[in-house]
Amino acid sequence: MSEEPSFYQTPSSNRLKGIWAWLLTTDHKRIGIMYLLVIMLWFSIGIVLGILIRTNLMFVNPKLMEAQTYNALFTLHGVIMIFLFIIPAIPSIFGNFLLPIQIGADDVFFPKLNLLSWYLYIAGGILAIVSLFLKGIPDTGWTFYVPFSINTQTGVTLSVFAVFILGISSMITGLNFITTIHRMRKDDMGWMQLPLFTWSIYATSWVQLLATPIVGVTLLVVIFERLFGVGLFDPSKGGDPLLYQHLFWMYSHPAVYIMILPAMGIISEIFPVFARKSIFGYKAIVASSMAIAIVGSLVWAHHMFVSGMSDVAVLVFSLLTFLVAIPSAIKVFNWVSTLYKGSIYVAPPLLFALCFVFLFCVGGFTGLIQGAAGPNVHIHDTHFIVGHFHFVMFGGTGFAFLAGLHFWWPKFFGRMYNFKAAYTGTILLTVGFIMHYMPMFILGLKGMPRRYYTYLPELQPMNFFAGIGAYIMVGGLVVVLINLLASFRRKESVPADPWGGTTLEWYVPSPPPLKNFVHEPVVNSYPYDFPKKFHEMKSSGNSANKGV
Amino acid sequence: MSEHHVDNTGSKFGMWLFLYSELMLFGGLFVLYAAYYYQYTTFFISGGKQLDLFLGTMNTVILLLSSFTVACSIEAMRKNSKKLVLLLLGLTVFFGILFLCNKYIEWNHKFQHGIYPGSAYMEQSAKGLVIFFGLYFTMTGLHALHLLIGLIVIGVCFFLCWSDRINAKDFITLDNSGLYWHLIDVIWIFLFPLFYLIL
Repeated sequence: MSEEPSFYQTPSSNRLKGIWAWLLTTDHKRIGIMYLLVIMLWFSIGIVLGILIRTNLMFVNPKLMEAQTYNALFTLHGVIMIFLFIIPAIPSIFGNFLLPIQIGADDVFFPKLNLLSWYLYIAGGILAIVSLFLKGIPDTGWTFYVPFSINTQTGVTLSVFAVFILGISSMITGLNFITTIHRMRKDDMGWMQLPLFTWSIYATSWVQLLATPIVGVTLLVVIFERLFGVGLFDPSKGGDPLLYQHLFWMYSHPAVYIMILPAMGIISEIFPVFARKSIFGYKAIVASSMAIAIVGSLVWAHHMFVSGMSDVAVLVFSLLTFLVAIPSAIKVFNWVSTLYKGSIYVAPPLLFALCFVFLFCVGGFTGLIQGAAGPNVHIHDTHFIVGHFHFVMFGGTGFAFLAGLHFWWPKFFGRMYNFKAAYTGTILLTVGFIMHYMPMFILGLKGMPRRYYTYLPELQPMNFFAGIGAYIMVGGLVVVLINLLASFRRKESVPADPWGGTTLEWYVPSPPPLKNFVHEPVVNSYPYDFPKKFHEMKSSGNSANKGV
Repeated sequence: MSEHHVDNTGSKFGMWLFLYSELMLFGGLFVLYAAYYYQYTTFFISGGKQLDLFLGTMNTVILLLSSFTVACSIEAMRKNSKKLVLLLLGLTVFFGILFLCNKYIEWNHKFQHGIYPGSAYMEQSAKGLVIFFGLYFTMTGLHALHLLIGLIVIGVCFFLCWSDRINAKDFITLDNSGLYWHLIDVIWIFLFPLFYLIL
């Protein structure tokens, strides 16, 4: 390992001291770490809210909270988990930290904009909190459907504005990444030499850039409605609430792909490394990322099959929804085929990735059931939907996030966590997850609606069972996160490449120095060249664990 | 590794991306316009006739002129004639303010007739008209807000040129600000016929 000091020891500008070295930094790695810190805080709050909701639902006649409190809690849970956790988590943390390194650059293209986008994220979060105390917790659900969101007396105006600010933050991040990938790749790195994580961030960024303004303007109109009573979405004044739903989902469905695409990128990085084998179908994965981004932007109205639409529209949107399943399935086949005849090395990131594939498949298939026009009518707004999107969002993106955290944790902090505890946590988490969300499918089919604070007595046993699953799940999560934090107590530092990866971030020290690279990076003609890596490891001594 | 700091193509690329996102922002409102135009066509026509065609046309001319002066200022910067740049940027700011004044007169006029969102007069009007004027105020209002931001940006450029921090060697800031100003112009070019010229 070279003696180059890590970016923790060198502020991005010599004038910055102490806390300011963080708060005014333009170093993409520090900004990534700052995102990690704040996003984990929001994630924890979201978890607490979620477990409160499920505890309430364990009994038919809940004593824990009133209906209004329940409405406020699921709104908060949704807003926090979606806008403050899942959407920013992977692009802002891993994208910021790793994307420039993966393409051989020393920073993102607009470092100051990058910092601005962190501050906008913080401002959005603070505004969201302020809105709670000023006028009462919003009770609309995270979708802010009109006309209720226009009429309710709770602090919707401010929280909608908070979401608007968060949107700008996410948009700027996307803009920054697209420019960075286009302009700052190493000269000899062509598009087909980009690592797949970078590719997935690239596809995501386009969606962030082009879809976010739509929800931005829609939410602005909601604010205008509340302040001036313009009437654009108010049926009593001639407005059409359905148009709100269209505009909202024009963003918020693509937003689902903002959440899942980078997650798929992480998984595509993990499988080849732990199978010691080149990724199966690199180009197919790239193409499917772009296909998901494009087709995924055209399926929004499948959220509205029962809101009132022509049959033709229902059929078209249903068909398009089924089409998105194809590129997603291609990716799953590619991941599984990568393992085939690989030399598999089991470590916590791989276990997370395997769980991801399973849970994501369940989530994806149940999505198709909803995408079909017929069954959709039966299960619309039931717990089936709750089960489905938690399978894709948490079982998909959440697990990929944790997989990435375990994969790159040594790169971030130069410390390795305990494997046994990580395995225990993962298994608890997965078992609890399945116990928790699987019953929701059945509950939904039996007719239990979502967003109700109580239900019919005969549904109690299954709700109680799901609640126990929730506690096991949260227990697993706590084990996983505490285990990661406990790694800081370890003394021994981690080599540059603890896993034997081939992309550029494994060729820099852990944690990387301020300018990322100690030596000018060498771009492989193919980003997943494991035979070459194997020879490198042999010639440089016993293993890659010597570092570079 | 710091050569990217002078990558003007990259900066411009980023600016274009931002302009796309602005187009999407207004695009959402244009979608609303299209849907409501389909639903309330006759009201949109009668609403359009109530708008002041003269002031609207004036504003179109003013904005086109301002776009011209911005474009010229960039060309002048390329030829390194600072005085001309400052003059042209000053003219741009002047045109921008003129546009806002006209807008103020126009809106004020409407307000005096009780035409504004949530007014008693609008409560009694036909729903189609409420929507037409709702869209009118929302879209031209958002456009005016952009113009205000544009004015600040051009104003900052003016001072940066004045203090030579934007110069013939490095004028990408001016270039990008000009792009933003053109965007404001282009959006107005679409707003004008949709509100003032519908039959």
